[in-house]
Amino acid sequence: MSDTVGTLPANLAPAEARTPEARVAGAMKGFAQEIGALSAFRLESCIHCGICADACHFYIATEDPQYTPIWKVEPFKQAYKREASPFAPLFRLLGLKREVTADQLEHWQHLLFDSCNMCGRCSLICPMGIDVASLIEQARHAMFDAGLAPKELYQKAAHQRDTGQPEASTEPYRDQLLAIGARFKVNIPLDEPEADIMLCVPRTDIEHYPSAVAALARVMQHLGVSCTFRSDALVAENYGYYAGGKTWQRDISGRLIEQAVACKAKTLLVPECGHAYSALRWEEADLYGKPLPFKVRHVTEFLVDELEAGRLKLTRAAAGKATFQDPCELVRKGGVKDAPRTLMKAMGIELNELEDHGGFAFCCGGGGGVVDIERAAPLRYRAMEIKLREIDHTGAETFLTSCSDCRRTFDDAKTHFGWKNTPHSLLELVANNLTGAGSRT
Amino acid sequence: MDLLGFARGPALKVALAVFCLGVVWRIVGFALLRIRGDLSVPRASIFKFMTGGFITIGSRSWPHREFIARTGPGEALGYSYHIGLFAVVLLFTPHIIFLGSLFGITWPGLPSSLITMISVLTMTLFVAVLFRRVTNPVMRMLSNFDDYFSWFITMLVLVTGLAATAHLGAPYQTLLGLHILSVDGLLIWFPFGKLMHAFYIFPSRGINGAILARKGATS
Repeated sequence: MSDTVGTLPANLAPAEARTPEARVAGAMKGFAQEIGALSAFRLESCIHCGICADACHFYIATEDPQYTPIWKVEPFKQAYKREASPFAPLFRLLGLKREVTADQLEHWQHLLFDSCNMCGRCSLICPMGIDVASLIEQARHAMFDAGLAPKELYQKAAHQRDTGQPEASTEPYRDQLLAIGARFKVNIPLDEPEADIMLCVPRTDIEHYPSAVAALARVMQHLGVSCTFRSDALVAENYGYYAGGKTWQRDISGRLIEQAVACKAKTLLVPECGHAYSALRWEEADLYGKPLPFKVRHVTEFLVDELEAGRLKLTRAAAGKATFQDPCELVRKGGVKDAPRTLMKAMGIELNELEDHGGFAFCCGGGGGVVDIERAAPLRYRAMEIKLREIDHTGAETFLTSCSDCRRTFDDAKTHFGWKNTPHSLLELVANNLTGAGSRT
Repeated sequence: MDLLGFARGPALKVALAVFCLGVVWRIVGFALLRIRGDLSVPRASIFKFMTGGFITIGSRSWPHREFIARTGPGEALGYSYHIGLFAVVLLFTPHIIFLGSLFGITWPGLPSSLITMISVLTMTLFVAVLFRRVTNPVMRMLSNFDDYFSWFITMLVLVTGLAATAHLGAPYQTLLGLHILSVDGLLIWFPFGKLMHAFYIFPSRGINGAILARKGATS
């Protein structure tokens, strides 16, 4: 690395090398683009009570004050006070707020990416009502503009923006999808010119949980709805969202929008992927610049609609006592709390709720892209022990979730800790308990 | 002009002017920044998300069940001294008379002896709050000049007020002058520091609560 671009911090893609000055300038430009009245109000309102620490599993697990959620946006709070707040000239004149430095930003990479799932639990504890998670998401945008997105997220986001897939695969996802259909003997509707519902799939499911992909196809086939996957937009995840690259996030989601519009879909169905739901349901319209020309529904919401309309009938599931991991982006931040529970109830499942559940559930520890960041693993394991203890405490025989990233994170815990539970997909359970006309059972 | 005359004359006028203009500018200064619309389709009706905002104003006054074991004692301490401050400021008869001269309305006060007890208790809680701020690693890390100076100026008002009421250490006129001067100082500092949370707290809870309610999210 030449001196002109400075030393590349440990966890950056080579493409992200730049001078310290350029790094700070990028962050401040990104920050300036982000700051609006609402963000400013949130930054203004903080009273330094530190209560948000008590909601964060990274702080609770380590008792390390640097993991206090509001501290994770400290450089941007500092920049706001110094550059954009009503008394900014006074702060500069009296030297009360120093300029943000490249070293500071590089240190904060660990705080904003490795040790934050953007799960939003901190936003529920603040006595001032500050949505800390939103500030952290904005800070990630500025970090991306500073060239400080962790290399794993940056590279996956870049690959997904360019190819539609976060990583190269031995076979294109399209072919893998068709192979899953053949293996599980289920029709995969693909590239239909028109369909009421456009489907997409977590790449985590394609790579790790093909049975979940088959379950989605099987349920749709059972219901007889007009639906299709589209070869040019198969992946639900959005690594631009994780990496903080706002325009990349827009471009990645743009593929889905383009294809949904092309097939005249009335609904874009988000599979079991929490952040994909949040990104598409709540953020995409703003990036698109106008309301989306179709509905965005999570698969559990859609299934409850079908259940209530009498088109979906389910048998009693042999799940015994079960517990459920509420995916943060879906439940706490996304507002889809009741749908998974309605489906479980319809299958006669005895639900033993976790001590902290629904909107107050702890994150699995892998959200926000953290599960993809290699150096974050030791800290992630410490944080997720809280969750594992809660699950064990329920004594449940079946552990369900409705997010493939949660599922992958818990499966990883099985390997790391020798944990005895196995995470299962709620959608797969639904697919295995279909009854009525058209059912395979 | 003696100290008391200065404190409640020109100094108070300047302090009130700085307070009013500063508060307005502090709010207008950020409110004039760009306000982004939200183009996503709301899950809830306008009525529901407005209601969500109002509910959050109340519900954030005490921790949710899931958090109370960790934050209950700290929040109880915080609310206790705030209640003490409100009682001393709003229910001490000389304060009521002073505020009545400004706003034209008065209300019944508490006996002076009770106010003195509340003042002493509030000051004790204030010391506890400072102790917590400097000993709690999270709070110590987050704290800056604003936190300590805001504590100091508020404590100064309490100390001088108690001294004036109890006629401690100097003639009453001098003590009252010092007390009013400390209030002038607090008013001048108010718009520049964290004391502004008095104006922010309910709108902040309400706006963020309404945004979350719009999505049907937990607030």
